[in-house]
Amino acid sequence: MTESRTDAAGLRRRTRELLAAHPPATTDRLDFLRARFDAGLAWVHYPEGLGGLGAPRSLQAVVDAELAVAGAPDNDPRRIGIGLGMAAPTILQYGTEEQKRRFLRPLWTGEEVWCQLFSEPGAGSDLAALGTRAVREGEEWVVNGQKVWTSSAHLARWAILIARTDPDVPKHRGITYFVCDMTDPGVEVRPLRQITGEAEFNEVFLTGVRIPDTRRLGEVGDGWRVAQTTLNNERVAIGGARLPREGGMIGPVAETWRARPELRTHDLHQRLLTLWVEAEVARLTGERLRQQLVAGQPGPEGAGMKLAFARLNQEISGLEVELLGAEGLLYGDWTMRRPELVDFTGRDAGYRYLRAKGNSIEGGTSEILLNIVAERVLGLPAEPRTDKDVAWKDLAR
Amino acid sequence: MSTPTDLLYSEEEEAVRAAVRDLLTDHCDAAGVIKRGESDAPHDLSLWKSLTEGMGLAGLLIPEEYGGQGAGHREAAVVLEELGRAVAPVPYLTSAVVATEALLACDAADLLAELAGGRRIGVLAVGLHTAPGAGHTTARIDDGALRGELTGIADAVAADVLLVPADDGGLYAVEAGAATVTPQVSLDLTRPLATVVLDGAPARRLGDAAPAVRRALRAGAGLLVSEQLGLADWTLTETVRYLKERKQFNRPVGGFQALKHRLAHLWLEVAHLRAAARNAADALAKGQDTDVAVAVAQAYAAPVAVHAAEEALQLHGGIGMTWEHPVHLYLKRAKADSIAYGTAGAHREALAALVDLQAP
Repeated sequence: MTESRTDAAGLRRRTRELLAAHPPATTDRLDFLRARFDAGLAWVHYPEGLGGLGAPRSLQAVVDAELAVAGAPDNDPRRIGIGLGMAAPTILQYGTEEQKRRFLRPLWTGEEVWCQLFSEPGAGSDLAALGTRAVREGEEWVVNGQKVWTSSAHLARWAILIARTDPDVPKHRGITYFVCDMTDPGVEVRPLRQITGEAEFNEVFLTGVRIPDTRRLGEVGDGWRVAQTTLNNERVAIGGARLPREGGMIGPVAETWRARPELRTHDLHQRLLTLWVEAEVARLTGERLRQQLVAGQPGPEGAGMKLAFARLNQEISGLEVELLGAEGLLYGDWTMRRPELVDFTGRDAGYRYLRAKGNSIEGGTSEILLNIVAERVLGLPAEPRTDKDVAWKDLAR
Repeated sequence: MSTPTDLLYSEEEEAVRAAVRDLLTDHCDAAGVIKRGESDAPHDLSLWKSLTEGMGLAGLLIPEEYGGQGAGHREAAVVLEELGRAVAPVPYLTSAVVATEALLACDAADLLAELAGGRRIGVLAVGLHTAPGAGHTTARIDDGALRGELTGIADAVAADVLLVPADDGGLYAVEAGAATVTPQVSLDLTRPLATVVLDGAPARRLGDAAPAVRRALRAGAGLLVSEQLGLADWTLTETVRYLKERKQFNRPVGGFQALKHRLAHLWLEVAHLRAAARNAADALAKGQDTDVAVAVAQAYAAPVAVHAAEEALQLHGGIGMTWEHPVHLYLKRAKADSIAYGTAGAHREALAALVDLQAP
């Protein structure tokens, strides 16, 4: 059998050549990441010249394993998750060649952090109701409005933005998708403090922000369709990780149970065992979904994984606070902080309990996801709509 | 290194499924099952003959040298999914799984060969409610003959041979004709229970009862999950179909969000149940992580199957309460299954010891 450039053997050879030319021990981290991108080993399923080689997506694991063994630096994917998981696939599908070449490399290396300007105070689950306006002036768009729940906005260089460009058509049709420069005049980022005491998220105020038409993604008025690419990729990213048994939030609770017999009660025991079983079954469901994807038979289970993990995280973290008894009455630190990551494992039970409340809201509320399962998986009829054929400007607000 | 768990269905398993489903579609309709349940002959022995003598499915777990198919638990699990979808009144779980596993533990070649071909039906004479490892009633052995009364024995009325644990620690084979088998009035008419009275019945010692019974009940519990999956899957599918058609307030009932969310939750539970069922079947087939996999699956399966059947009944409205609609067959089977081979609580308790989460 002959080796091809994009089969496992070819990718392994290419990875070793990269490592030989840029030994991780003596190469600057950023230089290494740039070289990896240029070698097409960043995301192997992307096209050549854009960090990939057009290889099957499943073969990324071959490259990652070789690099991990060699101690190569990674691009800190959790810190730049919005760029990787949402902006990049959208730019790849809808961007011009020039946009792809400008944005994808520094996005992947982490030199430029991205955020997402979608939700608004009046448009959350009903995202298409958004009211941020973009008005065309020559070769530019002038944007005014307010966005909310923006993770990483205080760190971001770029944002993906959806704004209303035509108020005279029904709401899904008058939206356009842009790339917004977060350093431009008129972009103001304010921390939004949460129930945990810290501020992961921001409010973003856009006042007379001028975006050149060359930073539009997709056609004018086609932004809702472009945004679906972003949102579908977001949900794939959530809940897709491979876990060992007790690998999720049940782990610290089980450890506490084992280490501290004085905390045990019969009621807590029953609840712990029930949740342990559910966590294990959810883990197996995720694993089954992964096996289906590898076998090229993607199942509809993906639509439900986020729902399952949100409920489990909330129930398990709630149990954990009770298990800790007197200690459960305490909290680690209420200081207003600005974490770069959501860190469930490094924090105390009270934090986990409070932060997990967001799991059923962020990235699509559980109620919206249940509608998606009911309509797209089970084929049940949609709710009757009163906004379908009404111009956005005529909708009651 | 342990082999990775395979949670998918192979092409061969899908072929088995298609063949069994075709047969059941043609020969096991709900009206027939309801009628049969009220008769003196609750089991469908002609369907059993097609499944066993026709398709060789009774011998899936039996090695070829004993006349079986030498397949495995993963294939038997798929057969049980389909039998669950049809609440088929055949003694597959009791004879082709539970009794077969007990005989495999005893290397009882002659009986295995008889069961493999489906010519004879074997039943383990231990109450259906018994969890793997739990205590159970035994018969008294006296000079090669058995005495005693055993109750709650599933499918005993269809059995040709009874496998009876005795007070000397042995497992004995007794011809059903040598015992008095009296039907009990059962919650689940499709897997009826009976009392077995032994009054000096001649018996043949097969081997030690404890390991054989434990192994048989563990396989029974682990593969019952697949029956529960099939049952839950049918009730969900049928309820979704009905709610797309049934109109109230000038709309299909399935368009109301309150009901859509209930069905979406149920779908998610069934998707989880499928992963648990495949994991248990794979663990039984490979002999890896078996106790944990079976306990996890059984602790999860019963509440889901019962929930699915109860939701199906409620969402069918008045028709769901009638004798003519099949949903009651599924509810009765699901509720009986929630006790069969140990309750969810019993399996959670077993799990506590297996994964070191001890009680206070």
